[in-house]
Amino acid sequence: MSTTKIVIAGFGGQGILFTGKLMAYQGLIDGKFVSWLPSYGPEMRGGTCNCSVIVSDEPIGSPIIDNPDIVIAMNRPSLDKYEPTVAKGGKLFIESSLIDRKAERDDVNVFYVPAAQIADENGDNRLGNMVIHGKVMKESDCFRFDTVMKAMEKVISARHRDLLDINMKILKAGYDYDCK
Amino acid sequence: MSEKVLMKGNEAIAEAAIRSGCRYYLGYPITPQTEIAAYMAKRMPKIGGTFLQAESEISAINMVYGVACSGKRCMTSSSSPGISLKCEGLSYLAACDLPSVIVNVQRGGPGLGGIQPSQSDYFQATKGSGHGDFRMIVLAPSSVQEMADLTSLAFDLADKHRMPSMILADGTIGQMMEPVELSDTMHETHYEKPWACTGTNLKREHNIINSLILKPEILEQLNIERYKKYEVVEKEEVRYEEFMMDDAEICIVAFGIASRVSKSAIVEARKQGIKVGLIRPITLWPFPSEPIKAAADKVKSFISVELSMGQLIYDVQLAEECRKPVYLCSRVGGMIVSPDYVLNKIVEVNNLGGEN
Repeated sequence: MSTTKIVIAGFGGQGILFTGKLMAYQGLIDGKFVSWLPSYGPEMRGGTCNCSVIVSDEPIGSPIIDNPDIVIAMNRPSLDKYEPTVAKGGKLFIESSLIDRKAERDDVNVFYVPAAQIADENGDNRLGNMVIHGKVMKESDCFRFDTVMKAMEKVISARHRDLLDINMKILKAGYDYDCK
Repeated sequence: MSEKVLMKGNEAIAEAAIRSGCRYYLGYPITPQTEIAAYMAKRMPKIGGTFLQAESEISAINMVYGVACSGKRCMTSSSSPGISLKCEGLSYLAACDLPSVIVNVQRGGPGLGGIQPSQSDYFQATKGSGHGDFRMIVLAPSSVQEMADLTSLAFDLADKHRMPSMILADGTIGQMMEPVELSDTMHETHYEKPWACTGTNLKREHNIINSLILKPEILEQLNIERYKKYEVVEKEEVRYEEFMMDDAEICIVAFGIASRVSKSAIVEARKQGIKVGLIRPITLWPFPSEPIKAAADKVKSFISVELSMGQLIYDVQLAEECRKPVYLCSRVGGMIVSPDYVLNKIVEVNNLGGEN
């Protein structure tokens, strides 16, 4: 029995909610219990934005997360806010092409991923979220790469179908990225 | 079994309403429930239904009154400040015994307050939704699945008992997504409505729906009869869930999002050897007094976990007849109790051992 609690944070427009939705659909397709809770309100677009995703083998109680197992920090304010909350031994993913500082914690596993940069090199600088998610899939046992395409089809709306391939390509680039 | 899909709680309410035969949605946008209106705006025209954005909440609730008079299933939704505006209409709906479904996706108050989740309209929903002696059936979903299921139930109960019923949700459950299975069996249950104003075809007397009764002896009688109906509802329609109550020494009472958080805290407390359980009212009115009263024989104390300054706690005290102490664990103003916050309260109450 396992439960993975994930917080994704950044600013509006970075695909924070989209990434969470993709994770939730992956969990659903893999037959797990999932919850997706967004921040909502006037902070949309440009302001800070975050969402909490839980993927579990058992029914989920609180959708609100105190100590996430995985934190994805897509900008500096998000790192400042959520680094202290990561569960001991948890994983912290840092968007290092936008964040100029190192992690302070030494009791968590830190992954520096220059997401926007990798996305840019692969054809679309807006898809840094997919780079990071690719890396998350590689480093955690919570998501299966072979079901992500099915989830992507659910999450990308019909009128944006042409973006499926580029999302998958960049996801793979993130999956293959070596932090060392 | 139909496929599970990911949906926001608000969307689940809208889809369930449509599947339950609601073809009239009258509303006015307000965060955090606007997805209901957006969903209805998209779907209703495609299925021959009516989506109407009124010029105000007051206008919307009076349109509900109009549709309900014709016996058709109808719904409105809003969030806390908007529900206050609808209160006059709620009183009229109750006075005329009109089935209707009202959704309140609560946000922090009072006044315009904020837009983050809250449960501080508990009193308003269960005690004072308008002037005069009346009740509404109040259902409190705690998951996206229940947002759908209880909406469907709300329509049935409203028709069955000829009274307004309310879904009392909150911003969290409205905004969050979870897998939901929209049962293929969800449909409009048929209820005879001989009282509805649908035209006489010159074959019967006019049906008159009116709440102005100037003769006090008649108005008194109508009130007494309506309360007989409420007695039936109190007897037949109480719904609740018990969680880990078998050996519990502390009983948490919580509904909606607060009950979800409490469950997580209970699981953690149990790991520390604290015997704690939960009674979750699903109907806030009628209130599940009996199981709480019964629990008072077994437990040392109660904790009311709620997103208000202490509203639910009064009903807990009434139900258990003040035999055991009831402690309050709450956050307000759009702040939400976290599992750790509730756990700390459980530990603190456990250390008191039932002493005041």
